[in-house]
Amino acid sequence: MTHLWLAMILIGVLTFATRISFILVVERWQTPTLIRRALRFVPVSVLTAIFVPELLMSAGVIALSWNNSRLLAGVVAMLVAWKTKNIIWTIVAGMGALLLLLLRN
Amino acid sequence: MAWREFLSGVKDELPILVGVIPFGMIYGILALGAGLTTIEAQAMSAVVFAGSAQFMVVQLAGVGAPALVMILTGLVINLRHALYSASVAPYLRHLSPLWKALLAYLLTDEAYAVTITHYNKGGEYRLKHWYFLGAGLALWSSWQISSMAGIFMGTRVPPEWSLDFTLALTFIALVIPALEDRASVLAAIAAGVAAVLAFGLPFKLGLMIAALIGILTGLWGEER
Repeated sequence: MTHLWLAMILIGVLTFATRISFILVVERWQTPTLIRRALRFVPVSVLTAIFVPELLMSAGVIALSWNNSRLLAGVVAMLVAWKTKNIIWTIVAGMGALLLLLLRN
Repeated sequence: MAWREFLSGVKDELPILVGVIPFGMIYGILALGAGLTTIEAQAMSAVVFAGSAQFMVVQLAGVGAPALVMILTGLVINLRHALYSASVAPYLRHLSPLWKALLAYLLTDEAYAVTITHYNKGGEYRLKHWYFLGAGLALWSSWQISSMAGIFMGTRVPPEWSLDFTLALTFIALVIPALEDRASVLAAIAAGVAAVLAFGLPFKLGLMIAALIGILTGLWGEER
């Protein structure tokens, strides 16, 4: 699989370039206030944009139903995260809920 | 003092590893299932070092997608790191090029999430790159080892265990406690809704669009 190595190395280089991009630019550039305010919303926006489809989508379509175990387990995890603010409890509760819910099927 | 920062970075990253290690194992299993050799699967974890991109790429490799499709998908799904880069950049200005390169390589979702929280606490930031390094290396080593564990355990971990779900759970655990004001809540809701609506776009473009919509909504929410 030569083309896999090619893809892998290029993705690696591009990912590194993306990660270092602003770290290099900012040396000569004072971040404008608006950008600085916008950056506060980066973690919440990006991570939410990754996990919400994991809960709500099944095989590419919206699955808003009681049969969607990932959605229900995700809601459990959100409640635990909100109440405890503890990462381990959130993961354990969400995973436990998912495995229990999957037993239904 | 530097050492203390380093250790506290490692310590704050530890809970996240509970979610990352199963995800890394699933990556290893998936990679072999898609026809990668052990060397290729492990090299990807070191060279790309980005979980969701690695997942997408090995799935594409499994269905025989052309290299260009894999590269475009990998690039677009990893574009979010530019936002992380902009966000940590002001704090790294005083560092040498070697430090910057090292920390950029370690700039993953999970290392970024704890590091930016640490920087945002304020106070003296000039030694906090040691914290970043600690969090980054803790994540890096567990990602390498868990990929390897997945590669060698192979199919002995049944897919019914749904271990890939730990990624979503990790992000829930990071996001929910960070929703401290109305603007953040609005940003999260907008990003989540947009991500679902834009899910079908090619090369995972929806993720980046949703992230930008979330950020703009947050700014708008702050002004009102």
